[in-house]
Amino acid sequence: MPDWLPALERRPAPSSVMRMAAPLLAALAITLTALLAFAALDLSPWSGLYTFFISPIASAYGVGEWLLKATPLALCALGLSIAFRANVWNIGAEGQFTAGAITGGGVALYLAPQLGGAGVPVMLFAGIAGGMLWAAIPAWLRTRFNTSEILTSLMLVYVAQLLLAWLMHGHWQDPQGFNYPQSRAFDDALILPLLADGQRATSAVWMTALLALATWVLVRWSYAGYRMWVGGEAPAAARYAGFSEARSVWLGMLISGGAAGLAGIAEVAGPIGRLQTSISPGYGFAAIIVAFVGRLHPLGVVLAALLMSLLYLGGEAAQLELGLPAAVTGIFQGLLLFYLLAADVFTHYRLRRPPVARPA
Amino acid sequence: MSGSYVIALISATVIAATPLVFAAVGELVAERAGVLNLGVEGMMLVGALAAFIVSTHSGSLLLGFAAGAGAGLALALLFALLTLTLQTNQVATGLALTLFGSGLSAVLGRPYAGHPGATMPVLFHFDAAVYLALAMVPFTAWVLNRTRVGLLIRAVGESPQTAHALGKAVQSLRYGAVGFGGLLSGLGGAYLSMAVTPMWVEGLTAGRGWIALALVVFSIWKPWRVLLGAWLFGGMTVLQLHAQALGLPVPGEFMSMLPYLATILVLVLICRNPRLLRLNQPASLGRPFHAEH
Repeated sequence: MPDWLPALERRPAPSSVMRMAAPLLAALAITLTALLAFAALDLSPWSGLYTFFISPIASAYGVGEWLLKATPLALCALGLSIAFRANVWNIGAEGQFTAGAITGGGVALYLAPQLGGAGVPVMLFAGIAGGMLWAAIPAWLRTRFNTSEILTSLMLVYVAQLLLAWLMHGHWQDPQGFNYPQSRAFDDALILPLLADGQRATSAVWMTALLALATWVLVRWSYAGYRMWVGGEAPAAARYAGFSEARSVWLGMLISGGAAGLAGIAEVAGPIGRLQTSISPGYGFAAIIVAFVGRLHPLGVVLAALLMSLLYLGGEAAQLELGLPAAVTGIFQGLLLFYLLAADVFTHYRLRRPPVARPA
Repeated sequence: MSGSYVIALISATVIAATPLVFAAVGELVAERAGVLNLGVEGMMLVGALAAFIVSTHSGSLLLGFAAGAGAGLALALLFALLTLTLQTNQVATGLALTLFGSGLSAVLGRPYAGHPGATMPVLFHFDAAVYLALAMVPFTAWVLNRTRVGLLIRAVGESPQTAHALGKAVQSLRYGAVGFGGLLSGLGGAYLSMAVTPMWVEGLTAGRGWIALALVVFSIWKPWRVLLGAWLFGGMTVLQLHAQALGLPVPGEFMSMLPYLATILVLVLICRNPRLLRLNQPASLGRPFHAEH
């Protein structure tokens, strides 16, 4: 690198100011990118911004949609934040989401009539258990066979989606459904209650708030959370202290899998109301970004989920009003993480001024 | 089963394996230099789309391949800029690259969705790209094991500190290895959208980038074993398409699960032996390197 360029110099300790500022910088950069993109597409930048970020939430219904999409993102990302803290790279939340929808949906379709009033809690627990079961596979493979959970958890996403497709084309298909790949609608008693009339967000919002609180207690106050954090930050120190790595892997995978499973069943027993082949616009993958942008902190994750949910809504609005494809959301999601990671450089490094040239 | 049917199955296997050979050999070189790029899926998708668009408009498959390779290279250099120059976490950046590539290809590919593409001219059953992929395997093995630049790549992957102390340009070598990986991932994607399934649909790669990553582990970072693994997976893809013809009483969805389940199985078989991994995995894989002086 030429001498006159400022070089990176490692900070003695990571900057806590930059740690908090990086997500804000990333959000700012994504807004600027959106402005540039609208200008490049010959759209008025400000009306583009309004369409993308303001108009979707300018009504009570819009706010409901905002919460509705933030809920599965936050549920998945809260679980993932616990796993990522422990250096457990569960990237298959999308599959655990699907598994939770399948097990919870199975209860809703075939067991609930016999359960009476216990139907909803059993259905929700079945969803959590399904997600945990799906996450237990990579956990077992990692602890027993040393297999990277990154690849195994991802492969299981495809397997879960194919399993759901098989059920929707076969045994669980609605016989009166004109051959659509979907189940019959869940009984009304099993659909989660709405937060308020005139919008679609459900009581899953309260479950999210509860999970955020529980996550905070776990990471801030519990010994188990502390052991996982040490294992993530300093694996050698954790080994020396006798903290079991296998335990961290199991806890991280089961918690993140269970949370994703809950998100899955809350989605099919909420806005969707039945099982069908397509139940998620990539919530489980977007939740990875949410966890990072939220700095793996419960409150940050909830805020980041709201930001990400806005990107989804903005993508839909851009499709309806500006004629842009909704997949624009995917580009913005990827860019958001790029910007965050790039801004994070300054958490660990600072710019060293080039040395002033002195005459010899 | 007639002989010609068996030959058709085998040639279909080799064709289905070709994108995996390209992508896995490219990723193998990047990993030998110590850089783990989880963005293979994203690079393949963007490469596939770029190749499809250019070959459709120009009518030239050669230009299509060049576009695919160029698109893969561009994304890989973005990854290199972030992870090597800006020292970001390789796992997170690779994931971001895959998400970004999926979104980008979905948006830009919308007008082309469902169009049929051009078809390749064939030579002894196969087109030139199959031979190119086959040639990449001995070529990479030769470069890595028999040449000076290969020795440097391996040195940088094992101990960047040592290589740096000896005055070797760690960053440049890593940039080159990551770029080579992107180039080949782009070629793999291009072959997919121009030959294997000559069309464009959103998410065309269906996890092949991730399977390529698993193949690198399966190969224990040796190019020849990549070929073996890719043929295994190619065979599975073909088996899944021909299950009906072979009269297998298994639902289609379960046949489609095969490559993913096989990936897990293959990873387990390799990773259960810690000695095998310790001996063969590049020692600095996934670890950032920042020269202080």
